[in-house]
Amino acid sequence: MTTELITQLGYVVAAGLFIFGLKMLGSPATARRGNMISSIGMLVAIVSALLDQGIVDFTYIAAGMVVGGAIGAIAARAVAMTAMPEMVALFNGFGGAASLLVGWAALSPDSTTFTLVTIVLSILIGGVTLTGSLVAYGKLSETIGSGAITFSGQQIVNSLVVLGIVGGAAMFCMNPTDPTWLYMVIGLSLVFGIMAVIPIGGADMPVVIALLNSYSGLAACAAGFAINNNALIVAGSLVGASGIILTQIMCKAMNRSLSNVLFSGFASVSTEETVVEGEIKPISVDDAYYVLEAATNVAIIPGYGMAVAQAQHVVKELTELLENNGCEVNFGIHPVAGRMPGHMNVLLAEADVPYDQLLEMDEINPRMEMVDVAIVIGANDVVNPAAREVESSPIYGMPVINVADARTVFVLKRSMASGFAGIENPLFYKDNTRMLFGDAKESIGGLIREFS
Amino acid sequence: MSGAEYLLFILMLSIFLGFELINKVPATLHTPLMSGANAISGITVVGAVALAGTGNENVAMWLGVGAVTLASINVVGGYMVTDRMLGFFKKKED
Repeated sequence: MTTELITQLGYVVAAGLFIFGLKMLGSPATARRGNMISSIGMLVAIVSALLDQGIVDFTYIAAGMVVGGAIGAIAARAVAMTAMPEMVALFNGFGGAASLLVGWAALSPDSTTFTLVTIVLSILIGGVTLTGSLVAYGKLSETIGSGAITFSGQQIVNSLVVLGIVGGAAMFCMNPTDPTWLYMVIGLSLVFGIMAVIPIGGADMPVVIALLNSYSGLAACAAGFAINNNALIVAGSLVGASGIILTQIMCKAMNRSLSNVLFSGFASVSTEETVVEGEIKPISVDDAYYVLEAATNVAIIPGYGMAVAQAQHVVKELTELLENNGCEVNFGIHPVAGRMPGHMNVLLAEADVPYDQLLEMDEINPRMEMVDVAIVIGANDVVNPAAREVESSPIYGMPVINVADARTVFVLKRSMASGFAGIENPLFYKDNTRMLFGDAKESIGGLIREFS
Repeated sequence: MSGAEYLLFILMLSIFLGFELINKVPATLHTPLMSGANAISGITVVGAVALAGTGNENVAMWLGVGAVTLASINVVGGYMVTDRMLGFFKKKED
């Protein structure tokens, strides 16, 4: 029994390292070391698990680890920072799939009812995470359309799937030796993951990834119950809690409830026509340069469009030129800008923008009145004043970055098409707004040429 | 030592601990937090190795091998990409 004890103590050490690592993720200065500590925790956990006396053949374990590790390492090196949301979505799916398989394999003829219930849970959560993440991956990478997919009778189909899962799970727990019910639960869980994510539109993806992140942890947690393993329960619930918090933050930033995000695709949104007064005033790169040259305080508000145009590096260049010109430059980052929580921050960090220049919405809004020029790059809904002013607007009540409070607003935009949410933006018609039409990367490149 | 009630006790404590820890992570680190959490959810590998190493070439073993492979992608890929991202974060030098 001594090796059993060593394994258990190893798990305790690993759990401690995970907790300590997550704590260090709380500050950008210590985050990298925190991640390192967490990975050491994982190593300790894996080595402890390999001491298990039941393991007689290491061939397949080694093969699985080498193949999986190689795929992971290649993906981690090759992925572009703009594609991080897709990659995290895909990895969530793999985590879910692993827990599904462990839950399934844990089934034995002498499983107790409690174990059977936890097996069902790990299969259900793991299966939903797997296919839900694959659909999210498809939407984010635009292999499938990023819009909400709805059809008539969707709710009826979903209700039948849920009833099928509940019924199948109950039958499985009563007749664990009959594999039919097991296969039914596995199949329907996979179907349910697809059905749950297809009605959710691309703009709501930050919420979906955060939620699937949480599910991948909860699936590991359920698998931990199925095989009686503390390490899985502790680590899984840490991940589950983290995903739930991020989900909450994203929902709050959109002023919507989680159920509204998950189910709004089913109800047709009634978009009332907002009557917008004023006119669109375009500006040329030349004129924009003269305004910027005289500015002493500039705020840049990036959105997903900046990532699409791959403009983050030229933005950094422009920032430096402005600073050399004696101007203070800050970035205002809305919590749901981009396709996953914190996406803009990573892109700008990669372009060498220091993190203390990246301000959260609550920090930048009070300063907006002192800003000479607010430059909106590829963002739309997160700067839409309709959220504050137009009660009939679908986004009314959503906290936004109040760029209109700045002396002048430049909006870099490809054309006059509405944003992802398809909502008219009165910002474009404000007296102090100037539209700089064209590809964001080229427009900023033009400004840089004027400066140098 | 591993009764269901004992496991549930651990579950409750770790969920509360998780909430406390993650609430303090600033928005700027949310993407690395997610990919780091993703790597931690690869902990399933710990459970999967015992299933993959039984030596009996039955269904349960192959399921275990599949789980080891998938979870290893998560662990290695998750930690490496998080490290890569966090390497970008720099403070302003004056």
